[in-house]
Amino acid sequence: MSATQTLTPSMKRQRRADMRRNVFYLVLIGIGLVAPFVAYPVFLMKVLCFALFACAFNLLLGYAGLLSFGHAAFLATGGYVTGYLLSSHPALTPELGILAGTLAAVALGAVFGALSIRRQGIYFAMVTLALAQLVFFVYVQSPFTGGEDGLHGVPRGDLFGVISLRSNLAMYYFVFAIFLFGFAIIQRAVHSPYGQVLKAIRENEPRAVSLGYNVDAYKWVAFVLSAGLAGLAGSTKTVVFQLASLTDAHWHMSGEVILMTLLGGVGTLFGPVVGAGIVVSLQHLLAQSPLGNWVGPILGVIFVICVLSFRSGIVGEILKSYRKNFK
Amino acid sequence: MADEYILETRGLTKEFRGFTAVDDVNLQVQEGHIHALIGPNGAGKTTVFNLLTKFLPPTRGEILYRGKPITGMKANEIARLGLVRSFQISAVFGHMTAMENVRVALQRPMGTSFHFWKSERTLDHLNDRAIELLEEVGLREYADVLTVEMPYGRKRALEVATTLAMDPTMMLLDEPTQGMGAEDVDRIVELIRRVARGRTVLMVEHNLSVVSRLCDRITVLARGAVLAEGDYATVSADPRVKEAYMGSEAAEEEASA
Repeated sequence: MSATQTLTPSMKRQRRADMRRNVFYLVLIGIGLVAPFVAYPVFLMKVLCFALFACAFNLLLGYAGLLSFGHAAFLATGGYVTGYLLSSHPALTPELGILAGTLAAVALGAVFGALSIRRQGIYFAMVTLALAQLVFFVYVQSPFTGGEDGLHGVPRGDLFGVISLRSNLAMYYFVFAIFLFGFAIIQRAVHSPYGQVLKAIRENEPRAVSLGYNVDAYKWVAFVLSAGLAGLAGSTKTVVFQLASLTDAHWHMSGEVILMTLLGGVGTLFGPVVGAGIVVSLQHLLAQSPLGNWVGPILGVIFVICVLSFRSGIVGEILKSYRKNFK
Repeated sequence: MADEYILETRGLTKEFRGFTAVDDVNLQVQEGHIHALIGPNGAGKTTVFNLLTKFLPPTRGEILYRGKPITGMKANEIARLGLVRSFQISAVFGHMTAMENVRVALQRPMGTSFHFWKSERTLDHLNDRAIELLEEVGLREYADVLTVEMPYGRKRALEVATTLAMDPTMMLLDEPTQGMGAEDVDRIVELIRRVARGRTVLMVEHNLSVVSRLCDRITVLARGAVLAEGDYATVSADPRVKEAYMGSEAAEEEASA
């Protein structure tokens, strides 16, 4: 880096905004560190797993402009592979199990991405849905997934063979670290040379082509990254709850992640985290209340309200009003 | 001989479900020329343009760039050969600043465009070059402005700056003055004249006064086929050209002039 490079005023503003954002992140990390002493760690872990899942989905929808309706396939693949390996190989440490599950999702994402990425809009959504349904039926039939019963009693094991994860507090910090890792990858990808090209493609695809970019390859990378991070979320979730089931592979799950992302704010880094937090909390609260059977309709109504009245989602609307009032 | 032309088509044909939009077009563009493609509405100018830039596959025929066939190549590949196109509607990246627009074109040759693990600050060393290019098209003061907030004429100038960032040997401009006021038209004509030095330009253009001021050679298309070719004086004196324009566009041109 040379000292002579030109920084325009907006870039200097950006630097200051980056600084403020870093402070904001530090505060949130602090909150994340003390959270398990305030709230129930298992609940927090669930929120973090779904938040990571939604962030992964948002990388594809919000930053590459691709609406996948089959992301459950990657969540479930991560979960099943990790669950199967940890159950059948007791010597395997959990981080390796999670790594294997993530890599399986990456591989599946590479194939599905190659099959679907050339399609546009609704056709892309349909292809991803069809492929995810295929995966669902394979998992129903396969012996290694336990079919309708799923996998139960997956051992949490000892992290790096040293730290026992049987305690929820230890498990929580492991999950928190994984979440931060996944979030950091997304944050960096969005603000990288690659992210610039991705943004250009989203803004004007033909123009990006005419500048020499092979846009399908860039979208494919986003798809694989997104699939891998969704797999990481699924793998982690399996270790936390010690089970992997068909719920994760069902198309409902693909719909739920769309809901979380839109509710929180698509195309904002933090939106999916907020969206996942709200959806998981609501499910949690409603399940214990007399309205337990009404979780679906209530989420549906919230979704409709969100889409009709605040389209940029909660975080999107907050950012908008912040920009309007403070700049 | 093939070599004296930078771009050449042989028997270029495009059919859409039985309708022949481009019919056996043999086009030759000489290196260093500003070459115009004109013709009444529906003559197939934009289709030819999309065929040349690979945004459409031809039904038949060949396209040669410096004597080598490029018919089977992809749109992004010919861009890397130095054949860079613009679009009818200003093609800019709206939610990026003018400088970032240009920088996206500059960053590709660096080979880090897939590096999702690097900071975007690694692109900052391209800023000076990007601002130079903006200066060249008179947009220095817009460097920091989000493109959606720029006036239309300035967006077209930005598009030229972005195209220049590719250091093209040949620029293909699709109606560069479309939808512009007289003042902007003059500015863009000057700009094209300036950036065309040392380059070849092929442009689709409606505005005949622009064509007469800028172009070395003109090909007139009508109903998908080449009707006439030559310099402005030759073409405008051709009775077939007058006839083709009569009734369809002569009236419009008269009205708008």
